[in-house]
Amino acid sequence: MTIRIDRRRLLTGAGVTAAAAALSACAPLSASDGIRSVLDMAEQLTMRAQRLLLSGDALAREFTEADLSPVFKSNGTHNPDDEAYQRLAEGGFADWRLQVDGMVERPLSLSLADLRAMPARTQITRHDCVEGWSAIGKWTGVPLALVLKAAGLRPGARYVVFHCADEYEKTLDGSGRYYESIDLVDAFHPQTILAYGMNGRDLPIAHGAPLRLRVERQLGYKQAKYLMRLEIVDSFARFYRGKGGFWEDRGYEWYAGI
Amino acid sequence: MDSGDRKAADGATQPRRVLVRRHSGTVRVTHWVNVLCFGILLMSGLQIFNAHPELYWGHYGADADWSFLALEAKRGEGGAIEGVTRIGALEIPTTGVLGASKVNGEIRPRGFPNVATLPGFRDLAEGRRWHFFFAWLFVINGFAYLVYGFLAGHFRRDLAPSRDQLTPRHLWHEIATHARLRFPKGEEARRYNALQKLAYCGVAFVLLPVMVLTGLTMSPGMDAALPWLVDLFGGRQSARSLHFIAATLLVLFVVIHLAMVFASGLFNNLRSMITGRYAIETREPKS
Repeated sequence: MTIRIDRRRLLTGAGVTAAAAALSACAPLSASDGIRSVLDMAEQLTMRAQRLLLSGDALAREFTEADLSPVFKSNGTHNPDDEAYQRLAEGGFADWRLQVDGMVERPLSLSLADLRAMPARTQITRHDCVEGWSAIGKWTGVPLALVLKAAGLRPGARYVVFHCADEYEKTLDGSGRYYESIDLVDAFHPQTILAYGMNGRDLPIAHGAPLRLRVERQLGYKQAKYLMRLEIVDSFARFYRGKGGFWEDRGYEWYAGI
Repeated sequence: MDSGDRKAADGATQPRRVLVRRHSGTVRVTHWVNVLCFGILLMSGLQIFNAHPELYWGHYGADADWSFLALEAKRGEGGAIEGVTRIGALEIPTTGVLGASKVNGEIRPRGFPNVATLPGFRDLAEGRRWHFFFAWLFVINGFAYLVYGFLAGHFRRDLAPSRDQLTPRHLWHEIATHARLRFPKGEEARRYNALQKLAYCGVAFVLLPVMVLTGLTMSPGMDAALPWLVDLFGGRQSARSLHFIAATLLVLFVVIHLAMVFASGLFNNLRSMITGRYAIETREPKS
């Protein structure tokens, strides 16, 4: 009897201690890689669950002109101070080219006119920032799938890495340059477009002129602005800090469907 | 006061303290897992909320749009940062607690103060990591509880209010006795009282499911997979606001729940949720 009560007390005590430790000491604990890797399991679970539910190319909701946000908030970089970018902007992006290279059969160098000559898609969608706000905008651009098909993917290609003109965080080694990556499931989704138009006009500089990515079933930080180069790769581990994107390198999830 | 009279009237037996089996193992385990999840989800949720401490209604909402609730920071007359809680057009000064509070000894713009958030410092990515991990645990735990509750008859037997408990007269009696912190004794203490049942049902079948569904509605991936979610709540920003409102109601429930646990016997209640045994006073003869 005594033993049972003691064991019971012990278990209760252990439970309370564990709960208290979890509640009060998470901040210091979270720095440890062990806890991080356990918590990261949730990201894998979320991605697998959503991919299962999203099989069959489910589309993000498309809205009407009446639903457009009166003001579409510009977040992140508003105007890249990169000199080369500024020169391109002064020239109305006439000299800008999108490089498509890496694991492709035919590396491409596309002007804005080349992109505009390709079949276009226009979609009115909701943009969800990881911070919590949303804005509805109308985007016009080339389906990424068409560009990838024109370049021809080589066997083993798994990701598209988007290199951008903006350096969002000033660093000595250049690791603050914005970049993003998506896998081929999202790259070939019909609503994944390289947008050059917004709300019926040319894409403004604040929103990523001359070209930005729209990958509608993920959060705002995946929608890379100021695109300069698409690199097709089998792994993004060698870029910057290896997590597949500017915000991913700073702790955010690579799969941003939630 | 009248125990002597009653004893005389009953004649047969002395009031006796017996331990009854109150909570099944499944209820106890899922309860404590839920406590852990709720604490972490709440605090990491406040961290996430702090990234944009404003609430909107409808499909979209950002800085330029009208928000019905905001925890804002403003420059006061002396140039000092002041915290303001705005509800509609009503502005309430809340410096030090909401809108602006101390970070490293200095008042800074901050929705909820650092003591309320997980982690304590500003880190949205880390807050999300904790939130989604414990959201999964919460959903798995809640699912196990629901399956058990239906299959083992826990909901029918313990949570569904009985017909006699739902009469206006009985409900009024319970409200009056609760207000005086007097709780059922004897045989009546074997079952949950009507207010308890209604509160638990409201939490288990309304508030917690609303938390899960509004949480999922904020996910652009889930909205593509299950578009009816967005329609159910009238937009992603509405869902975000309802997520916050339901969380507030849950905090209110927990405050009252804890107050009742203390008022009706902390030790007895804690023991029943840990070991399953709950002490009641009974007059039944020994069998």
